[in-house]
Amino acid sequence: MLSPNENSAVALTHTAIALQLRGVSKTFASDERDGREVEALAPVDLDVRTGELVCLLGASGCGKSTLLSLIAGLERATGGTILCNGKEVLGTAPDRVLLFQEAALFPWLTVQENVEFGLRQADKSRAERAEVARYWIERVRLQGFEHAYSHQLSGGMRQRVALARSLAIDPAVLLMDEPFGALDALTRDRLHAELESLWAATHKTILFVTHNVREAVALGERVLVFSPRPGRIVGEFEIGLPRPRSLEDPAVVAQTARIMNLLRLQMSDFSEKSDICRRR
Amino acid sequence: MLSIADRPALEGQANERPARPGSQIKRTSGLHLPHAGLATAIRRLVFYAVLVALWELLARSGLWPSYLLPGPMDAFGALASGFRKDLYVEGMLVSLKNVAIGYGLSVGIGVSLGVLIGRHRLLEETIGSLVMGLQALPSVCWLPLAILWIGLNERAVIFVVLMGAVFSITLGVDAGVKNTPPLYVKAARNLGAHGLGLYWQVVLPAALPAILGGLKQGWSFAWRSLMAGELLFYSLSLGNLLQTGRDLNDVAMVMSVMALIVFIGVAVDRLAFAPLERRVRGRWGYDVNK
Repeated sequence: MLSPNENSAVALTHTAIALQLRGVSKTFASDERDGREVEALAPVDLDVRTGELVCLLGASGCGKSTLLSLIAGLERATGGTILCNGKEVLGTAPDRVLLFQEAALFPWLTVQENVEFGLRQADKSRAERAEVARYWIERVRLQGFEHAYSHQLSGGMRQRVALARSLAIDPAVLLMDEPFGALDALTRDRLHAELESLWAATHKTILFVTHNVREAVALGERVLVFSPRPGRIVGEFEIGLPRPRSLEDPAVVAQTARIMNLLRLQMSDFSEKSDICRRR
Repeated sequence: MLSIADRPALEGQANERPARPGSQIKRTSGLHLPHAGLATAIRRLVFYAVLVALWELLARSGLWPSYLLPGPMDAFGALASGFRKDLYVEGMLVSLKNVAIGYGLSVGIGVSLGVLIGRHRLLEETIGSLVMGLQALPSVCWLPLAILWIGLNERAVIFVVLMGAVFSITLGVDAGVKNTPPLYVKAARNLGAHGLGLYWQVVLPAALPAILGGLKQGWSFAWRSLMAGELLFYSLSLGNLLQTGRDLNDVAMVMSVMALIVFIGVAVDRLAFAPLERRVRGRWGYDVNK
């Protein structure tokens, strides 16, 4: 293991559970005037082991992203508790970092300054920031681009900077919200491979949200399937296939088909239900 | 044996990682710019030449007496003699000093006020509405109050400049701060930014393009307000030179001072704000696909 941080060391002696969710739910007020509420996330129970790579799968708007936001501490859950390495999540903290579909690099900062951003917030010295940034910029193979600005980079390069920026503060948990969703297929494949090797080297706990079933099967140790709104976990698949997994591997394809079936069932259930609602 | 997944991955690598780092870096200035710029410059030059020629024609036509409509040569002569007597240089320096103080103050106050209004609902509903209202008031309307409160001196002029510029700067900053992409704020909080650091390192830089817009508008208001204020005072300044020209019935002098005022206003806009704005817009990625 590269740099076991204190939190995970403590957790390992107890349970080796990085994330523990109990009855976590979220409702939004849809309309302030009539006070109607939309249930985005039905109560979710979930344990994620330290160093596990879990993929969350579901149709858009099923609350997967909401769940990541709650774990990141960017939003407060309506009900339930979230424990990260035994500590209750009450807000954002550098032990959990969320990566967005848009890389969300700061355009006024260079690649290097972006990667150093989190370290600067932690009041690290200039020398230490530079050293850590250099390490992670090399790690995502962007050496030579330290002084480039975001608009000078391709989409894939931006996501790699975002990844380096997140890993630079050494979080225990990486939350990835369809980070490669807007990229072309080749770049996406490449980034999958890179993510897999980063994960193998660092043993970060990773929650990876996607709506691409094959991507989930190829990446995840475990795949969780969400139902349409309100989101709830309706299926759980342990993917025991050897790595690296190719998207064309028959075993991956077969597993993908099984999950697709479940998803289709969910979707038809959902549209039937909404049909009934509409008829009333 | 190579698995199937490796191949596209390697190709992806080749696509993703250009051999020369610099080759990926796009320059924001367009390739055709020198040409287009030259053509525009020529058209402009012709336009102004025609304008001056028309002016000369009108002046010679005898429709108006020459003491009311002097020709362009008279106006240029007045400009030259004003500079020779150091009158214009001194007046310019005084005016620039006044506007620098007034504008500097309004930038400080406007930026702070704009950030506060942009982030706090209560302040927006209260002070924000007041700022909106006061922005509708032409700055010269502050002059009587300034004279009663401060007296007939340069500080009253500076007060008028401040009142002329501060509200448009405030509103520009307010708009910029309000439109800070929430994604940047989320990403920053995620990486541990909070409190003042979040404002200073994320909210303000993200708002910089809009803030620059406000500062630019503030500058033009400041310059106008300065002239309105200076017209009424007796110490040497550009506005006062206009008044002197009127008192002397010297239309050529009035025209030459007016030209000088236009020139300074445009020069600051072109030399200070335009390059800054271009740079910021380029870096923020706004102009990339133009």
